[in-house]
Amino acid sequence: MVRFLATRLAGMVGVLFLVVLFTYAIFFALSPDPAVQICGKNCTPELIDQIRTNLGLDRPFYEQFLGFLSGLFVGSTYGTGANAIDCAAPCLGYSFQTGQPVLEMFEQRFGVSATLAVGAAVLWLLMGVTGGLVAAIKRGTWFDRAATGAALGGVSIPNYVLALVLQYVLVVKLGWLPFPQAVPFGDDPGQWFLNFVMPWLVLAFTYASMYQRLTRANVVDTLDENFVRTARAKGLAPGLVWRRHALRPALTPVVTLFGMDFAGLLGGAIIIETVFGLNGVGKMAADSITKNDQPVIMGVTLVAAFLVIVGNVIVDIVYTTIDPRVRIGARA
Amino acid sequence: MSALLEVEDLTVTFSTKNGPLDVVDGLSFTLEQGASLGIVGESGSGKSMTSLAVMGLLPPTASLRGRVALDGTDLTALPESKVRRLRGDRMAMIFQDPLSSLNPYYTVGMQIEEAYRAHRTGVTRRQARKVAIEAMERVHIADAARRVDHYPHQFSGGMRQRVMIAMALSTEPDLLIADEPTTALDVTVQAQILDLLQEVRRETGTALILISHDLAVVSEIAEDVVVMRHGVSVEQAPAERLFSDPRHPYTRALLDAVPRIDDEIGELRLVDRSIDAVGGKP
Amino acid sequence: MTISMTTLEAETGGAPSIGVAPPARRQGVWHHLLRNRGAVLALSYIALVALMAVAAPLIVKVSGWGPYEFDQSAIDPNLGGLPIGPLGGISAEHWFGVEPGSGRDLFARIVYGARTSMLIALAATALTTLLGVVFGLLAGYHGGKVDQVVSRVMDFLMAFPALIFMIAILSALPASNRAPLLVLVISVFGWPYLARVVRGQTMTLAQREFVEAARASGASGWRIVLLEILPNLRSTIIVMTTLAVPGYIGTEAGLSFLGVGVVPPTPSWGQMIAQSMSWYAVDPMYFLIPGTFLFLLVLSFTVLGDRLKDVVDAGERR
Repeated sequence: MVRFLATRLAGMVGVLFLVVLFTYAIFFALSPDPAVQICGKNCTPELIDQIRTNLGLDRPFYEQFLGFLSGLFVGSTYGTGANAIDCAAPCLGYSFQTGQPVLEMFEQRFGVSATLAVGAAVLWLLMGVTGGLVAAIKRGTWFDRAATGAALGGVSIPNYVLALVLQYVLVVKLGWLPFPQAVPFGDDPGQWFLNFVMPWLVLAFTYASMYQRLTRANVVDTLDENFVRTARAKGLAPGLVWRRHALRPALTPVVTLFGMDFAGLLGGAIIIETVFGLNGVGKMAADSITKNDQPVIMGVTLVAAFLVIVGNVIVDIVYTTIDPRVRIGARA
Repeated sequence: MSALLEVEDLTVTFSTKNGPLDVVDGLSFTLEQGASLGIVGESGSGKSMTSLAVMGLLPPTASLRGRVALDGTDLTALPESKVRRLRGDRMAMIFQDPLSSLNPYYTVGMQIEEAYRAHRTGVTRRQARKVAIEAMERVHIADAARRVDHYPHQFSGGMRQRVMIAMALSTEPDLLIADEPTTALDVTVQAQILDLLQEVRRETGTALILISHDLAVVSEIAEDVVVMRHGVSVEQAPAERLFSDPRHPYTRALLDAVPRIDDEIGELRLVDRSIDAVGGKP
Repeated sequence: MTISMTTLEAETGGAPSIGVAPPARRQGVWHHLLRNRGAVLALSYIALVALMAVAAPLIVKVSGWGPYEFDQSAIDPNLGGLPIGPLGGISAEHWFGVEPGSGRDLFARIVYGARTSMLIALAATALTTLLGVVFGLLAGYHGGKVDQVVSRVMDFLMAFPALIFMIAILSALPASNRAPLLVLVISVFGWPYLARVVRGQTMTLAQREFVEAARASGASGWRIVLLEILPNLRSTIIVMTTLAVPGYIGTEAGLSFLGVGVVPPTPSWGQMIAQSMSWYAVDPMYFLIPGTFLFLLVLSFTVLGDRLKDVVDAGERR
């Protein structure tokens, strides 16, 4: 078990490193020269060169990459002398456009994305898993058909379309919700909360649909399993058959999938945040892409990759703990 | 003394897209205490459905007519809650594939204990564990005290089937139904399991219904045999008589189709589809 | 809209639920499928959109307006370019109304947008299937080193936050050749999911008796793979592919929505929805119409994939 963990962690670090390298290399090759961006209006070629040297942009690739890597652990400094900019560890880069270290930008926006993720997750787990369970138990009834139909619609509608429809209906036509306005939590908690209602609903509905389908399919399949038949043949009470023998195998994949989805969501829901104007990590990503703020794009990609990889490993570990076949291996 | 199991005019009907389908049609047989019965037939003959009908494990899409009496009590007239109390206690069943028939997430010990505790009140964990270990020892699983905490995937195929038998016997049932218990196993292991079933019968006096498509398997154990085809019993007789003097053409064809070591090398005789007691149903 | 490929995978259950079956008789599958109402409706809609895509130039000749022509008379400059008339300006002239601000014919843009969606989805499907099957077969059949390498590559690709990376790359590259780039990027991140399943099933199949028999009779590796193994994977591949198409369509639409998809003025349903965001309160038709088309297309492929899976699964249980 320990050995398994160790190999897994080593693998994770390996993949993460490759992702960092790959991303860095691509952006190194593709992105516009930050020196030009900083230089601004009254630029001369000499000035550009100076800036480049100052920021260390004229060093070879591997040097810059190593510099970036070390910055992740110990922080780094941009430029020299009076205008030197300090970037504390882990230094994810420095945005010359906003004048902030990328990490700082993250910290300011992570709360919004996290709130979005947690609220949606609670909703979608409740709606999706329960919906799938009930639909499976009452297979063929009107509830099953309605729930499964709704879920089918939910996975088919792009979430930005759903967002617009919801906004149109709830805000414009029915007036149940006010137009989303960005306010800090301290100033107006009520409005702040209301801002999240529609994004939560849209995200939750999309994910709940997937989870409903998955749960229902898993439960239906599990109920057909031979070991459930055995449990019944032993004369176990239906509740026991259900809880002990059917639910656990059926829900395990759902739980593990949830781990992955949630981790991914913490990295920011780009589309939802953009559509609803929520100032989270996702919107930061979208904005930085429009403005071509390369360090921020890099930073966001790295953090998202990190979250996905970590989520992956956690899910693997959970799976090992739950499934004895993986934990123990065959033929002791 | 009434027979242990009396099946009278059993008909199991499935509602399908193309109308109702009788998978078992008017089947009758009796089984005395401690006796052994073999039900033989090809796939689709209805033999497994019969056993599920006796146990009350038919899927909701199936309906049942006729009488199934265990020790005089008509099971078909009882509510499910009462049948459930008999199921796993007075009558137990083991299935074809022991790997998929055991829950991979729980230890074998736990699954045996579960079977026992479902039908006994006031049993402590320690008592149940003792019962499980004893059950495993009775089916000759070595090192039972340690292996009781192992998971199904840690056993070989034959061992797993022994676990299933142990599980079924833990409540000392009057009737054990074995549905193709050896089909998924190696030939050598098959013989061991069959021997085990014989031994169990001798020691506990449990009646046995053995279901198989394999005539050789049935001939070893069964005292009486029912031959099924398309849901109907085409012939029933004591085993000796059936095998030495088969009366129905289908039985004869089945016996003929079994290749024997002393056969002349020729074509494998397939069961002729034209031999049909009931109207053609593929 | 994130390609939740993990869900796709989970839904198709990796290897177990779509077991390895002998190739269902072609007519058997079609026959069952066509008797299912949902599948028929889905197929009809897909055919309709395909028709729109293929015959786009002809269709707009009939409807009167091309997708790049501006009709100033249809929008009201005093209201900021709002279409004149109810429902976004639907009229005999403009069957679906016009785009606010530009006055372009919405019908024509929808029809041409179908091209974008279908072309990219088809191309992505083709490329992903090719890569997925080839690598899956390679890894599954040869095992050992080959498998190690391919599997690590797959792990690497699947660990990437695909959406962000796609957006980032697409935005960093020059805006020409967007369509092929989109296809490439979608396929690069999409093939591991198919490959993983193909690999698993190939490994199971490679141990079966008929493969041993083929080997014993002297068949070379490639023959075995192509003639013995591949036909048995047909149903799995078809089902997984069909269920993946909605993801590709959605991804293209989403990327276009975010502004990194096909370059304007080429119409794309996703792009139109993005533009409709500024107008949604006053001209809901502008987002409803492309939104509905998009929704129905994704829905159709999903339903089709579901039904296919049911037919294939049922065929196995026989």
